[in-house]
Amino acid sequence: MEQKNNPLLVYTLLYFAFLYIPVLFLPIFSFNDANYMSFPLSGFTTEHYEEMWSKRNLHNALWASIKVGVVASVVSTTIALFAAKAFARYKFRGQNISYGAIMMPFLIPEIILAVSILIIWLSLGFKLGLVPVTIGHILFCTPFAMLILIARIEGFDFSLEEASRDLGENAWGTFYRVSLPLYLPGIIASLLLSFIISFDEFVLAFFLTGSDATLPMYMWAQMRFIQKLPHVLALGAVIIVFTTFIVLLAFWLRNLGQGKEKTEFGINIHE
Amino acid sequence: MLQAWKSLYAKSDPAKAFSLLSPALILVTLAMLVPMTLMLSFSFFTQISFTEIDYSFTIQRYIDFFQKNLLVSLLIKSVKISFIVTLVTLLTAYPVCYYIAFYVKKNKMLWLVLLTLPFWTSYLLRVFSWKIILGTKGVINSSLINAGLLSEPLTFLMYSETAVIITLTHAWAAFALLPLYVSLDKIDFSLIEAARDLGLSRLETFWKITLPLSLPGIIGAILIIFIPTVGDYVTPALLGGTDGRMLSNMIQAYFGKVNNLPLGAASATIMLITVAIVTIIVSYTTKKLSQRIS
Repeated sequence: MEQKNNPLLVYTLLYFAFLYIPVLFLPIFSFNDANYMSFPLSGFTTEHYEEMWSKRNLHNALWASIKVGVVASVVSTTIALFAAKAFARYKFRGQNISYGAIMMPFLIPEIILAVSILIIWLSLGFKLGLVPVTIGHILFCTPFAMLILIARIEGFDFSLEEASRDLGENAWGTFYRVSLPLYLPGIIASLLLSFIISFDEFVLAFFLTGSDATLPMYMWAQMRFIQKLPHVLALGAVIIVFTTFIVLLAFWLRNLGQGKEKTEFGINIHE
Repeated sequence: MLQAWKSLYAKSDPAKAFSLLSPALILVTLAMLVPMTLMLSFSFFTQISFTEIDYSFTIQRYIDFFQKNLLVSLLIKSVKISFIVTLVTLLTAYPVCYYIAFYVKKNKMLWLVLLTLPFWTSYLLRVFSWKIILGTKGVINSSLINAGLLSEPLTFLMYSETAVIITLTHAWAAFALLPLYVSLDKIDFSLIEAARDLGLSRLETFWKITLPLSLPGIIGAILIIFIPTVGDYVTPALLGGTDGRMLSNMIQAYFGKVNNLPLGAASATIMLITVAIVTIIVSYTTKKLSQRIS
């Protein structure tokens, strides 16, 4: 290990500033008493936050996002749990190609996924709305969920499951009493992170929602009007705080009961 | 009979693996492969009127695409912007990952969590925050005018290719940081020490040992940034203006107000083919490179 490298440390800190400062402007200007987001700040106000209580469209969009997010995270985590187990437990022919296929939605430009689902949905004669958005989100969240869960299940001692089976527990009993408690931190981390991905997702929602706006769609619509911008800033600031809290919780859970350091949400797909 | 199947199943690892994988594979097939195939077939149809489509086979949409200078130039611009973004993100992120991998001793995990945290906040909001910074009445312009350094706002900041590049570099940083860090952290530091002890300079050591060993992370980062940014829609729509428009914005128009689904599908297919070609080139070059090194 090297001793010290001060220029590199300074550079790293500047890079952190580059990552964080832009996002911090949202909360700063959300308390500013003006329609334009420019310096100097003109005065402190919480009125943009109070405004949120009275917006019906906002409440509907929030509710839509929660519904989509809950369904997408539960379904994608369940699907990913089975898949993660298959990859962590077995070596089999067709392993790489299956892995590649499941990871693909993560690697293809989102607009192409969105447009494809749009075409099939309209061809089948269905109406756009939250259902196709949810399907898109399940597709998009599953690779993430799988990476998180593989990181958790890898190195799991599968002889524990075998012992349980040998001692007469059936498959469900073994899953419920042995595997689930050990996987649980990973499962909750996956649920939380999938929810956040769905909650913040814009492109799929943009093509597929029709008239039922999700929260990012609502913000998109508001961004076009200068006088509504402060209100978007306040909403954005709340979303950022909420997201950060959930993500930190998920990170903490994921590392719970794990001695060794893991790769960050497992994005080492090129191994 | 059933018993026989059951015991055969119990002995077969692939059978068990594929039954566990089946929900995920069905999902990918029904929600991605089938829709994408349908999109491909739509690219061979013709839009007759606002609601009517002629389903007879023609490659005319592809000819249309390459005859429209706008579409070809947008494709080239998309690839160019993505290429620059990938390069800038890689070059700026590498030193940070190098520092965390080799100099940080305590709480590495915390550094990493802090690096990836902004990535989890809404993409739309991160892009929007650059609008606040670069806008005509935004942070940079209002600060410079207040300080008396400017009398008129700098208009080139906003609605330009540069704005799109800066914003995308910020938005996709995590995708470079993670693979780079993972590959650098795996390097056995005693190799670097050995190279130094044998008289190689810092630069030579980096060039001959560290850089080649971190190649997998570099390739990972290239693909994982280039592919999605080619098809980015939000950033050019919010910050690009006419100068920074990309192919996705036209695809969206064909599926929206222009209502030419077949041409939109053909444009999306061409985008996908471009991405595939780049992936193949990058993977092939890497293979050659890593063969030469080892």
